[in-house]
Amino acid sequence: MASAAPAQARARALAFERVTCAFAGKGGERYTAVSDTSFVVGDGEFVSVVGPTGCGKSTLLNVAAGLLAPSSGRALVDGEPLSGINRRAGYMFQADALMPWRSALGNVSAGLQFRGMARDAAAARAREWLARVGLAGFENRYPHQLSGGMRKRVALAQMLILDPGILLMDEPFSALDIQTRQLMENELLELWSSNRKSVLFITHDLEEAISLSDRVVVLSAGPGTHPIGEFAIDLPRPRDVAEIRLSPRFVELHEAIWHVLKSEVLKGYAQGKR
Amino acid sequence: MSNGSAPLAATRKAVSRSRPKGVAIGRMQLAAWHIAILAVVFGVWYALTTPGIVDAAYANRIAFFFGRPLQVVKVVIDWFVSGKIYPHLAITLWETLLAFAIGSVMGLGVGLWLALSPTASAIAEPYITAMNAMPRVILAPIFAVWFGLGVLSKVALGVTLVFFIVFFNVYQGVKEVSPVVLANARMLGASRQQLLRSIYLPSATSWVFSSLHTSVGMAFVGAVVGEYLGSAKGVGYLILQAEGVFDINTVIAGIVVLTIFALLLDFVVTKIEARLLVWRPRTAQTESL
Repeated sequence: MASAAPAQARARALAFERVTCAFAGKGGERYTAVSDTSFVVGDGEFVSVVGPTGCGKSTLLNVAAGLLAPSSGRALVDGEPLSGINRRAGYMFQADALMPWRSALGNVSAGLQFRGMARDAAAARAREWLARVGLAGFENRYPHQLSGGMRKRVALAQMLILDPGILLMDEPFSALDIQTRQLMENELLELWSSNRKSVLFITHDLEEAISLSDRVVVLSAGPGTHPIGEFAIDLPRPRDVAEIRLSPRFVELHEAIWHVLKSEVLKGYAQGKR
Repeated sequence: MSNGSAPLAATRKAVSRSRPKGVAIGRMQLAAWHIAILAVVFGVWYALTTPGIVDAAYANRIAFFFGRPLQVVKVVIDWFVSGKIYPHLAITLWETLLAFAIGSVMGLGVGLWLALSPTASAIAEPYITAMNAMPRVILAPIFAVWFGLGVLSKVALGVTLVFFIVFFNVYQGVKEVSPVVLANARMLGASRQQLLRSIYLPSATSWVFSSLHTSVGMAFVGAVVGEYLGSAKGVGYLILQAEGVFDINTVIAGIVVLTIFALLLDFVVTKIEARLLVWRPRTAQTESL
């Protein structure tokens, strides 16, 4: 392990204990996506997971969300083994996950309505949250009438309105152009810092991982993905994701992590080509 | 057309943006063509059935089989002026509406149920396939025995036609709900019942609406065919009566009225569809601020 982060003094919001996920593949073959993976996300900690494309990052996140039961091992939420949907977590998906038949307001208030809040009260709260993510005035638009960045904001509000203790984010900004993306990253940091949630952030973009996180976990190429390095990111906060990329410490960290990640990316690339 | 021999590429270039894709003539020209074709059909029909234009013996014989256009128009006008047609039209439209509503609700319910319960679906599968393959119009005599010659037997026939269209669409719609949208709703805390209400039902409904044209058409077919096979009221009944006395003009007048109302129904459906599916992305949509 290269420069492992110091053991967490703080409580663990989320922990993976020797999680293995195997899927039945074509012709009865077993495909092991994730193998024997253990790491933790401390309370209020922002942890990014980077790894080559197709290495099983999303699988890990689905385990944390309770959408997928691991073949062996377990996920712990606040020290309790997870079974069924993770009620403490909010999940932001890589793909568009908004309900196309609901307006922006309807989408943001959905979670509150599912929890039994009255329609009017839920709508009022949703209106506040839409304003907070910069979408005041777009309440009645349907998802197809919003730009990609706006849809991501709606998804962010949809998740945050429920005030989840843990945020699971699966390459949420990967479909956005670089400018919109940096804006969204800064907004995410601002929202996060006002009310420190525990975050597990999946990305294949190392720069994004470093500029956002307290800690970066590097995964090996699949199959049988497992963590091969952990790096504490000791950059000062508050950060501006565009500016911090220019700081010498950022470049140092980037070099160190890339050194570990590079060979895995090449492996993943070679596998993808086969 | 004078430019008929022009190369395709050149013709395409001249196409203005307001036209449907690939149509090489303007809106006015298109309307002119539509009217011209109708006029030609009526002209030929009129000519062939008028003694003096065609030899009288032939004209009368042709008129026996095809009717005379002016007579047909006269019957239609007479129906609407005297008001004789209204109760029959009302019955036919009422049967259509009922068949559509009942068939849709049943199709929606059964479609949702079978799509969400793989076991039930596996058990029902051969029967669904068989019932769908069966020419269901043949059930009309049975329905006449069960429900009598009134409205109910026509509605029953229409329901069997509408049900399967809606059923298959809903089934497909539920199967094709985006897994990401579903996972997202589960993460937002939706219970099974809430998933049904907020995800499956809206998704399935959108498929029902996309089959609206077909199912309304089928409900209409069920009503008219049912009336034709045995009834005491309705446009189908009028046609049946006229056929009984070889009054071909009235038969064709009935067909004309049915066609016009089928077009009207289709128009109404298009309007309703546009209102209910506002959330559906349309290509090249512009803002209306």
